[in-house]
Amino acid sequence: MAPSNPKDATESSSLIAPGTKAPEFTLPFAPNQALSLNELRGKPVILAFYPADWSPTCGDQIGLYNEVLPEFQKFGAELLGISVDGPWSHKAFVEDRKLRFRLLSDFEPKGAVARKYGVYRAADGITERALFVIDKDGVVAWSYLSPIRVNPGAEGILDALEKLAQQEGYDQTKIAS
Amino acid sequence: MTKLKLPVNADDHVAGPADAEVTLVEYGDYECPHCGRAHGVVKRIRKHFGERLRFVFRNFPLIEAHANAEGAAETAEFAGAHGKFWEMHDLLFANQQRLGGALFMELAWKLGLSAPALSQALEDRAFETHVRADFSGGVRSGVNGTPTFFINGTRHDGAFDYPDLLHAINEAIGMTSGMER
Repeated sequence: MAPSNPKDATESSSLIAPGTKAPEFTLPFAPNQALSLNELRGKPVILAFYPADWSPTCGDQIGLYNEVLPEFQKFGAELLGISVDGPWSHKAFVEDRKLRFRLLSDFEPKGAVARKYGVYRAADGITERALFVIDKDGVVAWSYLSPIRVNPGAEGILDALEKLAQQEGYDQTKIAS
Repeated sequence: MTKLKLPVNADDHVAGPADAEVTLVEYGDYECPHCGRAHGVVKRIRKHFGERLRFVFRNFPLIEAHANAEGAAETAEFAGAHGKFWEMHDLLFANQQRLGGALFMELAWKLGLSAPALSQALEDRAFETHVRADFSGGVRSGVNGTPTFFINGTRHDGAFDYPDLLHAINEAIGMTSGMER
């Protein structure tokens, strides 16, 4: 569902599509701590690219995901935020908003991972607002490019996770326990 | 267009006739300042449309951001279980700056409800399931923040000042009246 707006799609290089192997990466999520995508094999991963830390609105995308996190976790999924902000900014942002998931810094070289996923806005020096759900084998199951000012919400992610769970016959009660 | 996935049902708090021309559903958080502002707007909207509009309020407390939002939502549900939902709903928004256990008890007394029973219900999380069900249904319907309005089942993505909401509802009425059976 939720097809990308064609106008927005033309503004960046193209978003990698479902069925594509998710490009590997290792990025810091805090000063001196890094995470590799392949460490998360075996469970669905949600990658949420967003333009910047410190958006001023309450109930913004990152804040919403912090609230919805238990719903993602019902599917055994791991949520990761990604922006070009540095690890120190992320650390402060996580502490200030009491975020319960990790934010990765696509900071050096700037936007390198976003480019691999086709969601870097070179003119602005930030990432698009884009979502990927990656299956337990590291293959993109769903991707969505949101208009940059629009909070894409969580329903697309939950629909994708639900579909994955059905396809893979996940025993949700087993995952939850 | 994003659609409301969970239709208005018996678990909802509904003000206005079932056969009203327009149904306005709000997902809100008692501690959210924007919802506080929207509360006044909705009152004016309800006054303007009278029996032509049915209003439904569902809980969408942002509990990680707002320490008293869940308690307030459960307090409103407690009052609802005793037939005083809308009275409590109005009082919570009217006292938005003072949300917390002491206020919840005070408001219970004010409405002739048992404060000890409310205290016990909050302690037992007796209404948590209802509040969580509202929240989950909202997430699946594309509620991305608060307040979020649905007019006749379609998400209202514009501003929610009085003229904006009035205009959007009038448009929705115009659309349905053209399709009368």
